[in-house]
Amino acid sequence: MSADQPVWQPVPGSRKDDAILVVDGIRRAFGGLLAVNVAHIEVPRNRITALIGPNGAGKTTFFNLLTGFDTPDEGTSTFNGQHLVGIAAHKVARMGMVRTFQLTKALSRMTVIENMRLGATDQRGENLFRGLFAPLWRGQEAQITARAEELLARFNLAHMRDELAGGLSGGQRKLLEMARALMVEPEMVMLDEPMAGVNPALKQNLLEHIKGLRAEGRTVLFVEHDMDMVREISDWIIVMAEGAVIAEGTADDIGANQAVIDAYLGAHHDSDLGDG
Amino acid sequence: MKWDLILSNSFYTAISANAVAYILVASGLNVHFGYTGLLNFGQAGFAAIGAYSLSIPINRFDWPWPLSMLLVVVMAVLLALLLGIPTLRLRADYLAIVTIAVAEIIRLFLNSVRFTWLTGGNDGLQGFTRFMENINPLPADGITLWAQKVDGYRLWLLMIGWLLVAVISTGIWALMRSPWGRVLKSIREDEDAARSLGKNVFAHKMQSLIIGGFIGALGGMWLVLDKQSSQPQDFSTTLTFFCYTIIILGGVASAKGPIVGTMIFLFVIQFVDITLQQATRTTPQDPTPLIPTWIVDQNNFSQIRYIVAGFALATLVIVRPQGIFGDKREQAFDVR
Ligand SMILES: Nc1ncnc2c1ncn2[C@@H]1O[C@H](COP(=O)(O)OP(=O)(O)O)[C@@H](O)[C@H]1O
Ligand SMILES: [Mg+2]
Repeated sequence: MSADQPVWQPVPGSRKDDAILVVDGIRRAFGGLLAVNVAHIEVPRNRITALIGPNGAGKTTFFNLLTGFDTPDEGTSTFNGQHLVGIAAHKVARMGMVRTFQLTKALSRMTVIENMRLGATDQRGENLFRGLFAPLWRGQEAQITARAEELLARFNLAHMRDELAGGLSGGQRKLLEMARALMVEPEMVMLDEPMAGVNPALKQNLLEHIKGLRAEGRTVLFVEHDMDMVREISDWIIVMAEGAVIAEGTADDIGANQAVIDAYLGAHHDSDLGDG
Repeated sequence: MKWDLILSNSFYTAISANAVAYILVASGLNVHFGYTGLLNFGQAGFAAIGAYSLSIPINRFDWPWPLSMLLVVVMAVLLALLLGIPTLRLRADYLAIVTIAVAEIIRLFLNSVRFTWLTGGNDGLQGFTRFMENINPLPADGITLWAQKVDGYRLWLLMIGWLLVAVISTGIWALMRSPWGRVLKSIREDEDAARSLGKNVFAHKMQSLIIGGFIGALGGMWLVLDKQSSQPQDFSTTLTFFCYTIIILGGVASAKGPIVGTMIFLFVIQFVDITLQQATRTTPQDPTPLIPTWIVDQNNFSQIRYIVAGFALATLVIVRPQGIFGDKREQAFDVR
């Protein structure tokens, strides 16, 4: 946890002094099921915010709605003051908000380094006509490769550089997906269950990487089930249940919150809320 | 058995102008399916558009051939837009359904009695190749390759055809190692991942469909230049599936794949065909054929050749599942 404790009100929809992402009245129904129904959320800039909640709470759907992979039935959201609703997913990414997926999307039949290079934005060679003439993009490609190699080293994947991504272990794929997202140089990173299926040793590693993102000045919003992990790295926690935000606060606030305990116990009794 | 005739004819078939046509049609499909993962089951439609955009204007309206070739390009782009705009934002199977349907509609239109005045219907169109004969600098009687006679016109088509193959294949190779090609491959692997990294998936799919369709149209054009006749039955779905066989044989997502795939495919088909033809032949002096008539006789060997060739090709794919130039490592794990 960062040294300076946030002092925001621990209530759903609380105001933040410097919010990067603001969500207002977003709803999304699948048939009769109201999967997401968020009245108001502000995500603080340059902080690590955890989004928790039982399975089926609507966290992934909420991510999809914010990143252009799905469109809300109603409501608005802004990123750095720019409207997000109706903006195509690739444009949201170019605005500086990049997400990863709950089910890892490593590009299996491409090498690790090619996965990384793909992440870089504004590539001259991605234009059909310029792509045909290597001298027009080779210089930029070398810069991209250097940056990719730096990130691979940081994420302990340098030795896998030329392997196909499909050959990586589950944990390595999670690392690759996060490193690849950083190639976009996003202001905000949205991680959907980055630690699911990762072995404990690698988990600690991932935690350090997420803290590293904050140190670089980025904003992180991540979904996680393990309360010990959440407690260790997040500055702020938002709790969702049945589509709605039921609580916000620091780890201590959340641990003492009766609505949260009820939501988890109601959803599934074996859920681990930590010792809070 | 006249083995020198059988072998020289089979080898010639594998490098002929007809082979050039298959290489081009398959190369276009490789851009779609091999590199971008687009399920195009109507590549024969692009080939048909190429063939008839050349032959109709020349035969029916006396267009100069360069203008007609320009029309080949324009029509290929239009067909790609027609197929792509409604389907490329939807799930992959929609493109598959629409391409196979549109390719069949094109063929049925070309075959229809009502439009015979334009398309020549079932009889097709001839007499549109004079320009190619005129610009041919080679003597008309041609040469003999081993035991195979090749006339001057086909030798000329073969030579500039291979030049065209060299240019197109190099172009595909250059594009696919570029960042543009990398975006196509990422779409093949997982288009949502590509989107999440800021790639305009729709625009890249559309470009892939246009480029591959254009190359397929060039192939169709070469097919009818070689036959000196445009006929609808040459553009049935069989052509598309032959091209799938070719790119799987040669190795998916390899620029050389369609070349070697075509050569193997056509060689095997032709070799089996004329071997069976010879082995079932009877002469007055020798009334018993090599193969007993209860297995196969002269009336049905042409059906049998696809069965035998099918077994031969299946064996190749079992022995080398990644194809000739495919990446073996890709077979090691489940892609999805
Ligand atoms: N595409 C969809 N179609 C129908 N129902 C969906 C769809 N996506 C999610 N849901 C439903 O919406 C609810 C929220 O799902 P999800 O966002 O995946 O939850 P979480 O990520 O919090 O576990 C679940 O009940 C799920 O079944
Ligand atoms: Mg989820």
